[in-house]
Formats: sequence, structure tokens, C-alpha cells
Amino acid sequence: MLLIRNLHKQYGSQIVLRGIDLSVTRGEVVVLIGPSGSGKSTLLSCINFLEPFEQGEVRVDGEPVGWTTGSDGMRLRQTERELDRLRRGIGIVFQQFNLFPHLSVIGNLIEAPVHVLGQVPEAARAEALKILAKVGLSEKANAYPGDLSGGQQQRVAIARCLMMKPKLMLFDEVTSALDPELVGEVLAVMKQLKEDGMTMLVVTHEMGFAREAADRVVLMDAGLIVEQGHPDTLFANPQEARTRAFLSRFTGGPSS
Amino acid sequence: MDFEWAIFLETLPSLARGAWVTAQLAVGSAIFGLLIGVLGGLARVSSRPILRRLAEVYVTLIRGLPLLVILLFLYYGLPSVGLLLPAGAVAILALAMTNGAYVTEIVRSGIESVDRGQMRAARSLGMSYALAMRRIILPQAIRRVLAPLTNESITLVKNTALVSVIAISDLLRAGVDAMTWKANTFSPFAGVGLFYLVLTLPLLALTGWLERRYRIH
Repeated sequence: MLLIRNLHKQYGSQIVLRGIDLSVTRGEVVVLIGPSGSGKSTLLSCINFLEPFEQGEVRVDGEPVGWTTGSDGMRLRQTERELDRLRRGIGIVFQQFNLFPHLSVIGNLIEAPVHVLGQVPEAARAEALKILAKVGLSEKANAYPGDLSGGQQQRVAIARCLMMKPKLMLFDEVTSALDPELVGEVLAVMKQLKEDGMTMLVVTHEMGFAREAADRVVLMDAGLIVEQGHPDTLFANPQEARTRAFLSRFTGGPSS
Repeated sequence: MDFEWAIFLETLPSLARGAWVTAQLAVGSAIFGLLIGVLGGLARVSSRPILRRLAEVYVTLIRGLPLLVILLFLYYGLPSVGLLLPAGAVAILALAMTNGAYVTEIVRSGIESVDRGQMRAARSLGMSYALAMRRIILPQAIRRVLAPLTNESITLVKNTALVSVIAISDLLRAGVDAMTWKANTFSPFAGVGLFYLVLTLPLLALTGWLERRYRIH
């Protein structure tokens, strides 16, 4: 579903990603962990080309993102129109929710389906109510984002993504801005998505979620993938010193 | 002081006609000024350097020149290049160009005050830059700058007084005419002041209300 090969990204002289190779298969939930500044969030933003990358390759469901190869073998940057089309299939949920504050909850949900996909507003509203029920916010359809708790806002953000029927969903530290008591409701929605077979790439500091929901855990540090494996193996028996150092900072990590 | 109630009341009807002209000039140039300002603001934040540069030159030029100079330049200059416009059109053009430059800067600051995450979220849903601007960024930006925009329109109303130097019978012109005709200064000008306040005070009140309503925290 997702294939990343030799991805490099730098801001000016600062190198953030130094050659990432990662693949995620259909229905798989991969959790990305690592110290802050290791490039996890940047990696997510490169997958839908919100952050343009210079070198390497990203494919989603077989389709290249950002760059294509022209008939003469030259690397060509995709048009904005082509990128807009590809982004519809890649949902991303942000740490800061980024709901549209001037639109109601249902307005947030139907905005892109109506104005990007050209759906009839009534049909989009009906679909939105179904998806809101799924994230447990049916009664908030007409509320505005400013009236919701952080946990509710983040569930609306997830619902907004789901409206586009994405093939792949990216989660960028979606619980980091939440009060601790609100984290659970968001993680519960994400676990539900896993049950439904959604392909997910999740950047998080919630080791509990990684243990319970991840099919694979990937540790990044300094722009590189250090180690990856099934959560049971990786948490119980990390091979790399950097993995052990990182995990030891979380309670429940290997007590050596 | 030569104030006389009789003259004051006598001149009110002609002043009212002048106030109506002033109001039309103000509304007309406010509409075009807003149009220029939104396009200018979009150009100021554009990713195309040429657009950014053009908008910057426009704003700098207008802000650096007196409106009276622009007005006279257009009024006497345009016919010399073969463009004969009625005085009203020249007045609206000059006022709108000036107002547009200030509105450009207000709109730009509004757009820049919207969190970058809004554009990211919109683009991640597959919205084009133009669609995201129109549906997501501008509605939030305009809402935040309603107060300064209204404030700018007060300046615009007052600036219309300058058009009395070209052949337009606006409120000030009507006052000057009445002064000459009646050989009396205070009575007609009390009326002129009154009518300007009738035009500006509601806008002032609106600015204050908008400031309280959409205060940026």
C-alpha cells in the first residue's frame, strides 16, 4: 500500500531524513516511535508531499507521489492538480487537529467531499452523520470546533479524513496536544479503524497503543530507521543500543 | 461668528444632495477598493515572486503619494493620453486605488494571521490552493480584519472631500458653494460637518462593535 525508498529531506543545510526505506502493506498498522527531532513527523508530511522532498521515492497503492519519471527518463515534479488528486486518497490527522473553526462539525466533514469530489451536499451530510456516529459524536454535528474538547475535536478531524475514503491514514502525534484523560477516546477510535481494516502509519509516544494495536513498530533516530519489528519482540528484546536507550525512558520499557 | 439658523436650515437641502454624492463615491470606491485589496492581498502572499513584487510596488507607490496628487494626475493626465472619463469615474478610480493599497496590507495581515495548519489541512484533503484560499483561509482572514477594514472605510469617506477640486458636487463642494452664495461661513459649514458625521459615526460605531466581537486573542 505504501512504499518508501531511499527518502531524503533537508531544510536548507539541515538534513532531516537521511534515506528512509519503509513499506506498509494493506491493512497493516505501523507505529513510528523515536526521540523528538528524529524526523518522524517530517516523514509523514513527505508521504503526501505537503513537505516536498528532493531525493527518493514514495508510492501509495502503486502510484508515485511528488515525482514521476518522464518518457525520457527524467525526474519530473508532479503538477499541483495531480498532487491534489493523490492527496484525496491519503488521510492525515494532525497534532493540532486543524479543524476549520468557521465551519460547524458537519461543515468540516462535508467541505472536501462537496467541493473537491463534487458530491451533493445532502448525500455528503447523510454520510457525515454515519461517520460521526462511528466516532461517537452524533450529537455534535451542528456544534463548532471551538465548543468541543480536544478529544472531541481530534475525533472530528479523524472523521473529516474518513469522509474522503482514504486508502491510507497518517497520524501525526494525534494525542500529544490532549489532556491525559482525553487520550483514550481518540485511541479507541483508532483501534476501531484498525478493526475495520484501515492501513495506518502512526507517529506516537503512546507505547501502550503501540503494544496493543501495532502490527509493527519502527524506531527512528536522526533521520534513519534504527530498528523495526513486532511490538512484542521489539519492546521485550530490542537489538540496538539506541532502541534500548529510547525505550528505557518510558515506564514499562525493558528494565535492565 | 456668523452662525444663523435661517441660513443653516436653508442650505440643508443642497448639502443633502452633496452628501448623497459623497455617499455614492464612498460606497463605489469602497467596493472597488475591497476588490483590489483582496486581489492585492492574495498577490502579496503568492508563491510567485512576480506577483508579490508587483503588489509591493503598487502599495509602496500609493502609500508614498498624496491622494490629491493622484486625483489631479488622473483627472488632467488621462485625457492627454486619449482617455476621457467622467469626473465621477476618475474620482472613484483614484479613491479605489488608494483605498485598495491600504486594504491590500490589511488583507495580507489577515491571511498571515490564519494558522498555517489550516492550509495544510485543506491541502491534505485534496483542495487546490485556490479553493483552500477561497473556502478556508479568506473567510477566516476577512472576519479577523473586519474592524480595520471598517476603520479604513471611514478614512475613505473623509478622503472623498478631496474630489471637490475636480468638477464634482460632493458635500464639501456644496458647502463651499453655499458659503459663497450666502456670504456666510459658519451656517453652511455646520451643516457640512453634521452630514460628514452622519456618514462616519455609524462606521465608527461599527468598528468598535467589530473590535469587541472579533478580538484576536
